[in-house]
Amino acid sequence: MAEPLLQVRNLETTFFTPDGVVPAVDHVSLSVNKGETLGLVGESGCGKSVTALSVMRLIADPPGKIMGGDILFEGQNLLAKTEAEMRTIRGNRISMIFQEPMTSLNPVFTVGFQITEAIRLHQKLDRRDALAKAVEMLRLVGIPLPEKRVYEYPHELSGGMRQRVMIAMALSCNPKLLIADEPTTALDVTIQAQVLELMKRLRNELGMAILLITHDLGVVAEMADRVSVMYAGKNVEEGLVEPIFERPLHPYTRGLLDSIPQLHRDQVRLHAIDGGVPNPSQFPKGCRFHPRCQFAQDRCRAEQPVLTEVEPGHKVSCWYPLVAADRGVA
Amino acid sequence: MATEEAAAATTAEKLIDVVNLVKYFPRKQGLFGGPRTYVKAVDGVSFFIRRGETLGLVGESGCGKTTAGRTLLRLAEPTSGQVFFEGRDILTLSEPEMRKLRAEMQIIFQDPYASLSPRMSIGDIVGEPLLVHGVTDRVVREKRVIELLELVGLSAYHMHRYPHEFSGGQRQRIGIARALALQPKIVVCDEAVSALDVSIQSQILNLLKDLQQHFGLTYLFIAHNLSVVKHMSDRVAVMYLGKIVEMTRKQDLYSSPKHPYTQALLSAIPVPDPKLERERIVLEGDVPSPVHLPSGCRFRTRCGSAQPICAEAEPAWREVEPDHFVACHLAR
Repeated sequence: MAEPLLQVRNLETTFFTPDGVVPAVDHVSLSVNKGETLGLVGESGCGKSVTALSVMRLIADPPGKIMGGDILFEGQNLLAKTEAEMRTIRGNRISMIFQEPMTSLNPVFTVGFQITEAIRLHQKLDRRDALAKAVEMLRLVGIPLPEKRVYEYPHELSGGMRQRVMIAMALSCNPKLLIADEPTTALDVTIQAQVLELMKRLRNELGMAILLITHDLGVVAEMADRVSVMYAGKNVEEGLVEPIFERPLHPYTRGLLDSIPQLHRDQVRLHAIDGGVPNPSQFPKGCRFHPRCQFAQDRCRAEQPVLTEVEPGHKVSCWYPLVAADRGVA
Repeated sequence: MATEEAAAATTAEKLIDVVNLVKYFPRKQGLFGGPRTYVKAVDGVSFFIRRGETLGLVGESGCGKTTAGRTLLRLAEPTSGQVFFEGRDILTLSEPEMRKLRAEMQIIFQDPYASLSPRMSIGDIVGEPLLVHGVTDRVVREKRVIELLELVGLSAYHMHRYPHEFSGGQRQRIGIARALALQPKIVVCDEAVSALDVSIQSQILNLLKDLQQHFGLTYLFIAHNLSVVKHMSDRVAVMYLGKIVEMTRKQDLYSSPKHPYTQALLSAIPVPDPKLERERIVLEGDVPSPVHLPSGCRFRTRCGSAQPICAEAEPAWREVEPDHFVACHLAR
C-alpha cells in the first residue's frame, strides 16, 4: 500500500459574497501518495482551484473561509497550523505553480531575485550561494544561458520561459508536493509539450508528488497516475487513470470524455452534455448533476449521493453508476 | 471528394480564392526615427475555399491566423494581395459596395464576453445587421430575430434580456444568431469555441455543423486546437509565422503530415487515451519574432531536419500530391 503524502478529508470551503453564500468546495476528499501524480479534473467553477488554494491555506478570508474538514500533509493537519508555521511549509515542502505565468511573477524584480527569495528564506543561504542555486535551477528547467537570464525581468521572457521560471522557483527548495494549477493552459501546444516533458523529467529525477489541476483530459491521460473528477464543488469519481478513461462509472465523466474531439478517432457528431454548469449559489437538490444527466431518476433528484468505492481503488458518487450497457450507446 | 475532382477545383466551385494576401503592421518608431519596421502578420498566403466546405486554419498564437481571417473580410485592410469572392476581387470594391457584400460574409468572434455590446438587448444585437441591411419594419425584424434565436437553441423570451444575463455558451449562440441574420454564404469562425468549457464546446460545435448542413454554409474555421479543427474541417491549412506551411484534406494531414512543423504540432497534442504510446517530437525554443524573420524557411530555427538550403532559399508552395500543398524543401 502506497503511503499517503497529502490527505484531504471532507474539505468545505465557502465564500460569503454579497450575492449569497457559495459553497465552492463541498465535502471534497482526495489523497496524493508519495511520488504520485494525481490529476484533478473539472470544468471552470467546479472548485478545483479552490481545493488547491485551501491546501496551501491561501484562501482570502474574507470572503472565503474553510468551514470544515482536515488537510493532512505528512501526517500533520495543515488547518491547525498558524500562519507562521504555514510559511515554513509553503514554497518549501509544498509549492505551487499557477496558470498565468505573467501575473504570478513580479514585473519589477529580476527572475533571479524572485527565485532566490524562497531559497534564502527556507534554506538560509547567503546571496551569492542562493544566486548560484538559482542559476542551477534555471539550467535544470532547460533555460539557455541561465547565468544571463537570472538578471532579466519577466517581460523579457516568452510565455514558455516564464512558466519554466515558475517551475524553477517552485522546485528550488525540493518540495515533497508540487501543486500545478493549469500549468500549461496559457501556453501554445508546442510549448505545452516542452513544459509537460520537463515536468515528467523533473518528477522522475526529484521524486516529488504532483497535484495536477487541469481541464484538459489529454494532459491527465499523459501525466497522471490517478485522477479525481470534480463537478459543482463535489468529487464525482476517483480512480486510476486507465480504468477511468476506459470504463467511467459516472455519467459526467463519460460525458466529458465523449464531448472532446479526438485526433485519433473519427467522430461524426460529438456527444454533448445538455445545459450548463449550475450556479454555485443555487445548486440543485439531490445529485448536482441530475438536471444534465440522461440517466437521472427520482432518487437522484431527492438525495445527494456519496463517494463510494465500487471497485478496488475506483470510487464514484452516483446512485446508478454506469454499467457496460449504458456505456455501449456512445 | 474524389482525388481527380479535388485536383481540378474550378473557379466556379471556389467561393473564396485568396491570392498572395499580405498584411504588415507598421511598428512605432523610436524617438530618433530609424528604419521603419513591420510586424509581418500575414506574409503572402494563398488558399481557396470551396462552396459548402469547411477550411480549418490552425496555428499557434501570433501566427497570423486571426489577421488572415480579418483581412479576408476586409475588417483589416490588407497590404497587398487579392481576395476573390465568387470570382470578384473584393479588395477593389468601394466602401458602399463592400458593405452590401458583407451581408454574405460574416464572422463569429472568439470572446463571447467582448463581442456583444452590454447596453444592447439580445433582440437589438441580433436585429442590428437586419436594420443595417434595410429591414426597417420592426415587426418583420422581430419575427426574424425570434426565428434566429430558436435556430441557435435560445427562445423568444431571451430577446429582451441583456448579454450579462447569459453564460459563455449562450453568448456564443447569440453571436452565431447575429452572424446568420443576413443568410451569409461564408462565416469566419475565429476561435469560436476556445473560450468555452469542453461540455459546452461540444454543444456549439454540433450546432455549427447542423447549421452548415441546414443552410449549406461555407466556413473558415480558425482555431489553435488541432483536435477541434480536425473534427470540423474538410481541409486544413497550417500556419506558421505568417505563412501557410501545409494545406490538404484533413485525413491526409492527420495521417501523413509532410511539413516538419505539422508533424511536431500533431505529436505535441496530449491525447486523452492513457494507453496510447507515441514518439513525441518536441520542438526546441520559441517562435521567432514576426518582425525579424529568419532567412530562407522561417521554421528552420526550430526544425529538426533543417539543411543548409533551408537558410538560403524560401521554400516554394508546391503541390506534392493531388490537393496536398506544402512549403518545405525536404518534403516529398
